[in-house]
Amino acid sequence: MSKLRIEDLKRIKESMAGTVNLRAGDQRVKITVHMGTCGIAAGARTIMNTLLKKLEESGANDVMLTSSGCAGLCNHEPMITIEDRDSAPVKYVNLNPEKAARIFDEHVMNGTPVSDYALSMGSETTH
Amino acid sequence: MRNVCPTEMIDLSLHILDIVENSTKAGAKLVEIYLSEDAEKDLLQIIIRDNGIGMDREMVKTVRDPFVTTRTTRRVGLGLPMLEQAAKEANGGLSVISKPGHGTEVRVTFQASHIDRKPLGDIASSIITLIMGNPEVDFIYESDLNGEKITLDTQAIRAELEGTTTITDPAVLKLIRGLFM
Repeated sequence: MSKLRIEDLKRIKESMAGTVNLRAGDQRVKITVHMGTCGIAAGARTIMNTLLKKLEESGANDVMLTSSGCAGLCNHEPMITIEDRDSAPVKYVNLNPEKAARIFDEHVMNGTPVSDYALSMGSETTH
Repeated sequence: MRNVCPTEMIDLSLHILDIVENSTKAGAKLVEIYLSEDAEKDLLQIIIRDNGIGMDREMVKTVRDPFVTTRTTRRVGLGLPMLEQAAKEANGGLSVISKPGHGTEVRVTFQASHIDRKPLGDIASSIITLIMGNPEVDFIYESDLNGEKITLDTQAIRAELEGTTTITDPAVLKLIRGLFM
């Protein structure tokens, strides 16, 4: 039987002692991976895996990574939306892991949108 | 090659991700996922049960037809029809039981050894994607693949963390992924 060991969770809990958790909505950047049927079929989960790995490597604690449903632009999947507190949200389309990694490095970490992959600059926000 | 991403539902783990996303969109606070394979019975079964808003009898009747449901009223689109097709191609089937206000249960069966039965794929990535995308939803995952068992309950993990960190903490997700290794 493969089961999470309580000791492992305790270890994580202890390592977090004294650190402050940002509440949802307090993050500097919110990344939304569009995870509708269309997105999933086009590879959205691979994009989520890539971004999760980048997030882990960066050690950033002010970036929220989440998912949403179909955005109505199914032929442009996989898509992500980046909402940076200081600028307009950007939708990125027709992604692959390499593009997603570049967007993470340049937009999420450095605040410079990657216009090469952007569908549009500025749309609805949920941040 | 456009990219390394798949361009269809290439395995069952993607179908599971898709169907459970329906559950979370239906307001479920708890989704249970059961996966079992029994070589002796030559049966692979997936059960997904949620406590979302559920569907009335009419909706359940039409939910498997991609051309009857409409975008304004549906809570399920192409996902269920595609999963049903995958099941039928492998000598299996799909059933939906639902009650408004109580939730929905989807059961899918496959002939495990059927040549057209899709592989299970990367279940860990689907579970982690669900947790990342729906931090307010709890998930129970149990699998028994010919005696090899995995069990996961995000409620228990949250309780153990006691608010010191979130379940989406990379360290916690790594532990969860480790269960499937």
